[in-house]
Amino acid sequence: MATRFDAEFLENVPDSRGHFGPYGGRFVSETLMASLLELEQQYNSLWAKPEFQAEFDRDLADYVGRPSPLYFAERLTRETGGAQIFLKREDLNHTGAHKVNNTIGQALLAKHLKKPRIIAETGAGQHGVATATVAARLGLECCVFMGEEDVKRKALNVYRMKLLGAKVIAVSSGTKTLKDAMNEAMRDWVTNVDNTFYIIGTVAGPHPYPKMVRDFQAIIGREARRQCLEKTGRLPDALVACVGGGSNAIGLFYPFLADESVQMYGVEAGGLGLETGKHAAPLNAGKPGVLHGNRTYLMEDENGQITATHSVSAGLDYPGVGPEHAWLKDTGRASYVAITDEEALDAFRRLTRIEGIMPALESSHAIAHGLKLAKQMDKDQILIINVSGRGDKDIHTIAAIDGISL
Amino acid sequence: MSRIKSCFERLQQQGRKALIPYITAGDPNPQATVPLMHRLVEAGADIVELGVPFSDPMADGPVIQLACERALAHQVSLANVLEMVAEFRKTDSTTPVVLMGYLNPIEAMGAEQFAERARAAGVDGVLTVDLPPEEADSLVPVLRRAELDTIFLLAPTTTEERIRSICEHSTGFVYYVSLKGVTGSNQLNTDEVAAKLGEIRKQSSLPIGVGFGIRDAQTAAAVASVSDAVIVGSALVKLVEQHQDDLPKMQDTVAGLLASMRAAIDA
Repeated sequence: MATRFDAEFLENVPDSRGHFGPYGGRFVSETLMASLLELEQQYNSLWAKPEFQAEFDRDLADYVGRPSPLYFAERLTRETGGAQIFLKREDLNHTGAHKVNNTIGQALLAKHLKKPRIIAETGAGQHGVATATVAARLGLECCVFMGEEDVKRKALNVYRMKLLGAKVIAVSSGTKTLKDAMNEAMRDWVTNVDNTFYIIGTVAGPHPYPKMVRDFQAIIGREARRQCLEKTGRLPDALVACVGGGSNAIGLFYPFLADESVQMYGVEAGGLGLETGKHAAPLNAGKPGVLHGNRTYLMEDENGQITATHSVSAGLDYPGVGPEHAWLKDTGRASYVAITDEEALDAFRRLTRIEGIMPALESSHAIAHGLKLAKQMDKDQILIINVSGRGDKDIHTIAAIDGISL
Repeated sequence: MSRIKSCFERLQQQGRKALIPYITAGDPNPQATVPLMHRLVEAGADIVELGVPFSDPMADGPVIQLACERALAHQVSLANVLEMVAEFRKTDSTTPVVLMGYLNPIEAMGAEQFAERARAAGVDGVLTVDLPPEEADSLVPVLRRAELDTIFLLAPTTTEERIRSICEHSTGFVYYVSLKGVTGSNQLNTDEVAAKLGEIRKQSSLPIGVGFGIRDAQTAAAVASVSDAVIVGSALVKLVEQHQDDLPKMQDTVAGLLASMRAAIDA
């Protein structure tokens, strides 16, 4: 029987143990269970309080600069030919990406839980910067774990974090990327569980993180829905967002789930192409398994070992994906596609030259698929693409591809 | 009766404590594991805990992470680990073997198939680090049907209510993680351990093994004085790492450390 995504149904997703259908849950060693249960209880009680919501909304307005605009990309629409393309400008948030919506929320929780120390994992460094930022603002000690490879790829963000007072720890285990940074953050948390709050940057990890991060990021979709109605008098026909862990995508999709007419497309990193195996597209080419505290689609070999991923975009270079996306895929409510490095780079250049907006390489994946999709749609249809972050952090990567050293 | 249960009953009659060494299967290479298991038994191991290598050992410190990496460099899979146990069983039919690892390799093999093959190989118990009882409803009955003991972790942070539920899911023994941290940490406090073990004993009559943070004869003896079993992993695996290029020497030093722990515990 097809799942009906009405409000009543959505109220119970995830269930009380954090399950989205067969996905999600809480797969951690026993030492962390008490903290996760405490976090869940505190989160549920605070999130239900109007004062907490008001504090969150105030910070998003005055500190982050929300609402972020829903911009009609007129020239891009004309040049593409097809649907009217609207861009949700998360790149205009303070710190340059959607990540800060979540760190503001979790930092408020840390404050209420009276934890003096914050840790985070980061891939491209956007979540690390957003965490270091809120830690600086609240005067909390901050420690960010980042794979050694990513420290090299994203030196600018490493320096930003240091300027903000955070300690950046280069992780040299495993594949030296985001997944290993997450392992190391978990290890730190298990050791310092009494005084430390772990701000996970995406809708993955053990319950309640996938739900909590979704709730904080859902501001993206709530605004986009309202803005679209105001500007066009109707709902969009399709939404497009990139998916690494999937927090910006869930943020955009979630408030539209009950709107049956709205199609949703999550765009994974196709790397050098799905057929090469060098990609980071578990929903397209992986299978269900358990990693980092939740059951979800993973990139793994036949023995259940997690395999190395590849993407030009460090923020999408992750072998797992948030469990809610796994469930949206299986139920057919959202579709998941892959965009290669090359297609993403083309989209980066196209948006930069046509609209004067330089998107992050992560977001460029969404742009690339959005442009393909728009062409197949009618002129009176509406497409919203989430520009989850700005591209400043990627300038060195792009320049290197162009053979230029800055 | 399971080998683990009868092992603990025999030790109790003798008034002795169990010594449980951990090594990662396939570290430093697949050929080294079975001979090392036999040496551990000769040096005084009552139960052998065999780590199943995993690419993302979230609950382990740097020593066991590297052991996993060394084993995975030889593509050691769960199926290979079961072959090693079967090989070990050819000449040792009494020493219980417990597999310790993460859930994903088991799921990749399939729970039913894993349980069947583990039993056939001669495995006695399974400890899945990232599987709390809340998520264990499908795996535990499958393991039980194959007469495998299901061992769960208890931690300093475990509440009274959870102690009850975890002990209900456990057979053979329960594994108390002595400290907040990953394997190989060094902040063991025996008084705190003793206090928590008192709480656990109020809820369960299962033997309690204590691991994490036991590094030498002295800490082993201290832990043995309050627990039913002493579990030592990183301290041994570190020696495997140090002598990975000289296998006879590796076996001697690992067995030497274990024997010193045995002597201190029995003294």
